[in-house]
Amino acid sequence: MAGVHVYDRFLRQDKLPHIWCSGCGNGIVTNALIRAIEKTGIDQNQIVVVAGVGCSSRANGYLDFCGLHTNHGRPLAYATGVKMANPKLHVIVVTGDGDSASIGGNHFIHACRRNLDITTVIYNNDNYGMTGGQYSPTTPTGAKSKTTVYGNIDTPFDLCKLASAAGATFVARSTVYHVTQLAELIAKGIEHKGFSVIEAMSCCPTLYGRLNKLGDGPAMLQRFKDQAIPVQKARQLSEEELQDKIVTGVFTDRKDRPEYSDQYQHVIARAEGRE
Amino acid sequence: MGVTKKFQIILDSRLCKGCGICAVFCPKGVFTRDDDGKPVISDDMVCIGCKMCELRCPDFAIRVTGGI
Repeated sequence: MAGVHVYDRFLRQDKLPHIWCSGCGNGIVTNALIRAIEKTGIDQNQIVVVAGVGCSSRANGYLDFCGLHTNHGRPLAYATGVKMANPKLHVIVVTGDGDSASIGGNHFIHACRRNLDITTVIYNNDNYGMTGGQYSPTTPTGAKSKTTVYGNIDTPFDLCKLASAAGATFVARSTVYHVTQLAELIAKGIEHKGFSVIEAMSCCPTLYGRLNKLGDGPAMLQRFKDQAIPVQKARQLSEEELQDKIVTGVFTDRKDRPEYSDQYQHVIARAEGRE
Repeated sequence: MGVTKKFQIILDSRLCKGCGICAVFCPKGVFTRDDDGKPVISDDMVCIGCKMCELRCPDFAIRVTGGI
């Protein structure tokens, strides 16, 4: 397919322009995702993209792979079914912060625990964009949203720490400013055998950005540039110094845990008396 | 001796929503913006082909061709 542009290969051109707002980071994450897939060289027909509900999950409609658009918070459950039915497929889940950490939080930690070979790309825009900007489990403390107009009193999840602690074997984070790093990390996640989580810090200038006076799309990207700090550097800093920072890079890359669908093949072999 | 253009930048105005990310972060100042905020290629001779505009475009509206 040399010479064919990645947009013509992997995007459903007839579905464009997309529904995302001007300056929304979701298009940038999706752009990084298709470039990551291109980098891995995996056959287009061997990839299944599973999405939940939310702005982020609309990505599925624009991607020209086999796909499932599922219930809110449940893409990992569907993805588990796809992978267990046909372990040869490469399953990629596109989900948002609300979809994966709130309504699908339980599916998320158990998918991490099982270490099934699925790549999860979390579009984290700090709020529920599609339903009007309500606060999500990743909205920072003190931040405003449509349902925390006097400031959020919740403590947000650190999705990468949560995934690592729950047992995910590849965990990384980048932002929509750092597009080449983001594409590289997603490609590593796809190539990793086991459950991988890539948290992509996205921006919502229409709701979260406007309510918190963070400016337009370019201003929010500039903020990511200013806030981002590589994980190696962050290890030398205290909690206070990291308060307003976004730590980027690879947090977990383990090879010591067995992959779930491999284990299941052994279960089948034992049941058939072959082992 | 005339200087030849190394890279061609194709803007798809049907897809562009005018966020301005390409114009703000272009390291060479290739773009200016019109009254709607949409990018206008003002000087593509200075383009170095880094493709950061293409990679950061949320609307899949920019393609940079040429170079290697």
